[in-house]
Amino acid sequence: MVVKVYGPAYASPKRVILCLIEKQIDFETVPLDVLNGEHKSPDYLKLQPFGVVPVTIDGDYKLFESRAIIRYYSEKYKSQGTDLLGKTIEERGLVEQWLEVEAHNFHPHINNLVLHLLFSPLLGFPRDDKVVEESEKGLSKVLDVYEERLAKSNYLAGDFFSLADLSHIPFSSYLFNIGKEHLIRDRKHVSEWWDRISSRPSWKKALELS
Amino acid sequence: MALKLYGLPMSTCTARVLICLAEKEVDYELIPVNLFTDDHKQPAFLAKNPFGQIPVLQDADLTLFESRAITSYVAEKYKGSGSDLIRHADIKEAALVKVWMEVESQQFNLPISTITYQYLISPMLGKPTDHQLVEDNVAKLEKVLDVYEQRLTHAKYLAGDFFSLADLHHMSYIHYFLKTPKASLITDRPHVKDWWEDISARPAFTKISANMKYDF
Repeated sequence: MVVKVYGPAYASPKRVILCLIEKQIDFETVPLDVLNGEHKSPDYLKLQPFGVVPVTIDGDYKLFESRAIIRYYSEKYKSQGTDLLGKTIEERGLVEQWLEVEAHNFHPHINNLVLHLLFSPLLGFPRDDKVVEESEKGLSKVLDVYEERLAKSNYLAGDFFSLADLSHIPFSSYLFNIGKEHLIRDRKHVSEWWDRISSRPSWKKALELS
Repeated sequence: MALKLYGLPMSTCTARVLICLAEKEVDYELIPVNLFTDDHKQPAFLAKNPFGQIPVLQDADLTLFESRAITSYVAEKYKGSGSDLIRHADIKEAALVKVWMEVESQQFNLPISTITYQYLISPMLGKPTDHQLVEDNVAKLEKVLDVYEQRLTHAKYLAGDFFSLADLHHMSYIHYFLKTPKASLITDRPHVKDWWEDISARPAFTKISANMKYDF
C-alpha cells in the first residue's frame, strides 16, 4: 500500500516526506491549497479535525501531527533505509529530547519568523515587526545552545543523523528565503551541521515535490 | 542506582514526569531546584540543561531534559513495570498515542499554559492578568476542546480505549486550570469532564497532585 501525504508544498508535510524518503517507503502526495483555505474545508476537517497539515493515509490507517507520523514510520520500518531513532534506549532518549527541543524551543520562534516575513503578504494579514524582532532574538539564543552542542557532536542527538536533525530541515530552509540565513551562517558548527543535513539526497528530492 | 529527577513538585512539567514515574512504579530521588534563587540559571544546572529549565532526569551517565522526552524514555525503559503507557505491543496503537501526545504538545499546551499563567502566576509576580491575552487563548482552547469532546464520544481515552501518555501529559495543566475562572471550559463538556474525572482518580495522580499547590 502506498502512503498518501497531504499538503506536500508546506514545511510540516515535508518533515514526513523527508522521513519516508530516508526510510525508502513508497508514497504519493495529495496537493492541498492552503492559501485558499482548503485545509479548513469540511472534507479535510473529516481527515484532520484541527485543520492543519499534514495527514497521512496508509490503506485505512490515518495519522496526523508530523512529529508523530515520523516516529511511527521510523519504528515500523526500523531495519529499512536510514536508522533515524538511535540504536539503544539511551540514544532514543536523546533523539526524543532534541525532537522536543525542536518542537518547544526552536519551532515557535522560527514559525513566527516564517509566518510574518513569508506568509503574511500571501495570507493577507499585517506583519508585526515586534514579533519578528522578539522571535529573531529568541531563535538566536536557542541556536547559541545548538552551537555549543554541535561543537561536541556532528548531529544533535550524537554522532548519528536522526529524526531530531531531520525535524529541523524544512523550517530552517525558509531562513534562506526570508533573509535570515545569518542566524545559521554566523555560527560555525550550526552552519556545518546545516550543510551536512541539507545536502542529503532526501532533502533535494523533497524539494522537487513542491 | 535510582533515577534522579531535578525539579519541583508544584511545577507542571516536573509533575508530568512525576505522574509517569508513579504510574510506572519506578523508584527515584527528587532533587529540588530553587527557581526563586535562580538555581536553574547557574552553571551547575546549565551543564545539565543548557536551556535552564526543569525538569532534568539523571540515569547513571545519561542526562535528559524536556519533560515529554523524559516520560517517553521512562515508559520505554520500564515497559515491563506498572501501567503500559505507550502500547508497546501494538505499533498502530503506539502511533495513536504519539498522535495525541503531539496534539497536546502542539495544540493544547500553549493556550492552556497561557491562561493558567495569567490567572495563577501573574498575580504572584505582582502583574495584572492580561484579559485580552486570556480571551484570545480561551477561543483557541475552546476549538481544541471541541475536537476532544468529539474524540472522547468515540473512545474512552484520547488514543483509544486505554489510558496512555497521551492522557497523562494533559493532567498537570488541567489540575491548575480548574482553579482558574475558566474551569467551565473543561467541566461544561460532558465527555471531556468524564474523561478528566476518570484519569484524575488514578492513584498515581492522587499521590502526585497532593503536592501540586501554588502556595508559599
